[in-house]
Amino acid sequence: MSRAHNLPSSSRAAAAQMTTPVDDHDVPHEYDDRSSENSEQSSLTWIAWFCSIPGHEYFCEVAEEFIEDDFNLTGLNSMVPFWKEAMEMVLDVEPEDTLKIPDVSIVEQSAEVLYGLVHQRYILTRAGLQAMAEKYENGQFGACPRVYCQSCPVLPCGRTDVPGIETVKLYCPNCHDLYTPPSSRYQSVDGAFFGTTFPHLFFQTYRELAPASYYNPLDPPDQTFVNPNPHGGQKRASGDVYVPKIYGFRVSERAKSGPRMRWLRLRPTNPDELDQVDWRGRWIGSDDGYEEDEEDGDNAAPMEDFDPDAGEDDDEESEEEEEDDAPPVNEPMDHGGGRRRAVAAPGVVEPTAARDASPSASSSSAVHTPADTHVPSPISRPGAKMAYAQDVGALADATARFVRVGVA
Amino acid sequence: MDELSTGSDSAYSNSWISWFLSSKGNEYFCEIDDDYILDRFNLTGLNTEVQNYSQAYDLITDNFDEEFPEEVRASLEVQARFLYGLIHARWIITSRGLAKMLEKYKKADFGRCPRVLCQQQPLLPVGLTDVPYEKSVKLYCGRCEDLYSPKSSRHGSIDGAYFGTSFPHMLFLVYPHMIPPKVGPPDVAGAGRGRPEAEGVGEGVSTAGAAIKAERYHPRIFGFQVNEIAKLQRWQEAHRDRQVLHLEALEQE
Repeated sequence: MSRAHNLPSSSRAAAAQMTTPVDDHDVPHEYDDRSSENSEQSSLTWIAWFCSIPGHEYFCEVAEEFIEDDFNLTGLNSMVPFWKEAMEMVLDVEPEDTLKIPDVSIVEQSAEVLYGLVHQRYILTRAGLQAMAEKYENGQFGACPRVYCQSCPVLPCGRTDVPGIETVKLYCPNCHDLYTPPSSRYQSVDGAFFGTTFPHLFFQTYRELAPASYYNPLDPPDQTFVNPNPHGGQKRASGDVYVPKIYGFRVSERAKSGPRMRWLRLRPTNPDELDQVDWRGRWIGSDDGYEEDEEDGDNAAPMEDFDPDAGEDDDEESEEEEEDDAPPVNEPMDHGGGRRRAVAAPGVVEPTAARDASPSASSSSAVHTPADTHVPSPISRPGAKMAYAQDVGALADATARFVRVGVA
Repeated sequence: MDELSTGSDSAYSNSWISWFLSSKGNEYFCEIDDDYILDRFNLTGLNTEVQNYSQAYDLITDNFDEEFPEEVRASLEVQARFLYGLIHARWIITSRGLAKMLEKYKKADFGRCPRVLCQQQPLLPVGLTDVPYEKSVKLYCGRCEDLYSPKSSRHGSIDGAYFGTSFPHMLFLVYPHMIPPKVGPPDVAGAGRGRPEAEGVGEGVSTAGAAIKAERYHPRIFGFQVNEIAKLQRWQEAHRDRQVLHLEALEQE
């Protein structure tokens, strides 16, 4: 009950008063009561206090058992200075050694980082997801600012898992995009305290809250929505996309200022259309061999093949009618896909094989499939496969030499 | 400002318009030139939309001398704002109006895009309909070409018809060098510095392939993409690639 214990509470009081000069006046009081009487009437723990600070509305309260289990904290002690003191502060344990603390505000900072990093892990557990789901359904994280998302509730999300790099952002499950929180008081909240994974794991867990990947404006809105893909979002999406108009006429895409970003918000009208694009992002049914196009750098030839009449048609209708188009047969389609995924080596993966990979991928695990991993997965990366093949070749050479040496 | 709005005497040092523009919540509006308002041709048809049209008009043009009881005065004030808004919608798509709004855009008076990857791109106000009393004003981002709701409820309650559906697109049509790049920080002040100059004619800068460079967010779980979303995004990108190709083909012609 020493001076050392009172110090954190007083600085906490100061912090609380700094952020809200008026409302939270009673909070530190309550805490002081507790520290002086140490009785059961006090309810405010450090965690509860931390989550009640204005600007910390996105945090949920991490269960103390979770923090007490050392396994859950693996690796964190190297990231947090004054680990022991910070732990004591977060868990409201009486500090053992009061002399070692040079300045309470440093420990406060450490405690905040510690809590944030534990929070990042906790909200990925079942209990944590549940706590966040409650907050989500109450709309405590706000709504998407995008007009056509129709105030879809959003979730906090980090762009990195390392603390101290970027502030928290908001993820909208409808447009799959990140937004800056509307209020500046969240500018001081670290995105790493929520992590990069959380919102996506959340919507994998609560699929009924995730908007589906297709949108048919003709579906009667009163009918209950069922996504044929059981691993996909089970909520009706808000799929309208803005169409720029001048005096009621759509801005032509031929104009320099014409629409260029419609694709970013586009959804197919039915889920099967998604299968028209293979895992490399190319239209299925178009010819393979875009690599040759790329390497030759010969843009003129495919351009000449382009049907000018079809082009004019498209000018009027392409934006609306794209869904109705048969899978395009134009060779140049591959051009763009090739540009994006130039990693793919020519001829390593057959187009048919690629096509087979896609449906099987979608039917199996919904979380991640080889096709979707851009992370090490030798099967799905032709480049890697080739490198592997080269390694094997080198190995074979070496073996042959060894054998020859042995024979000699 | 508040004293001005309540003090309804004729003791204004400023004009009604400058008072209106300086009051809180009206930051999106720009000043309409006097001669635009004074030319009755520009107001064709508005007399049927606005009640007490002539008094409201007199109020805007500071020719309002009559004494009225406070309630009448207040309702006239509302009509005057309404009339100003409707004239404003017409004014900002004239060349002088566009130039004034461009200045406001360069100062980011309309706020900045909330989308993280748009890197604080300044926004432009736009209506979803040209009919008054239907939809509030929205903000158009020239980078992601999407609409957002204003952050503040003060702005969220302004009628979208005071800006009209055409304005931002007209602006970029008239000032193609102001079309925001799809990557990198916004370059509003420099007005297209570092990009080939493309005044007027429309030759020079090509925006056909602009979308290819646009950044987008890829949701990941422990570093792995999420199947359903990744599939949708591939589909969207295939659409993008198709459009880019199509536009490049058109340009070659």
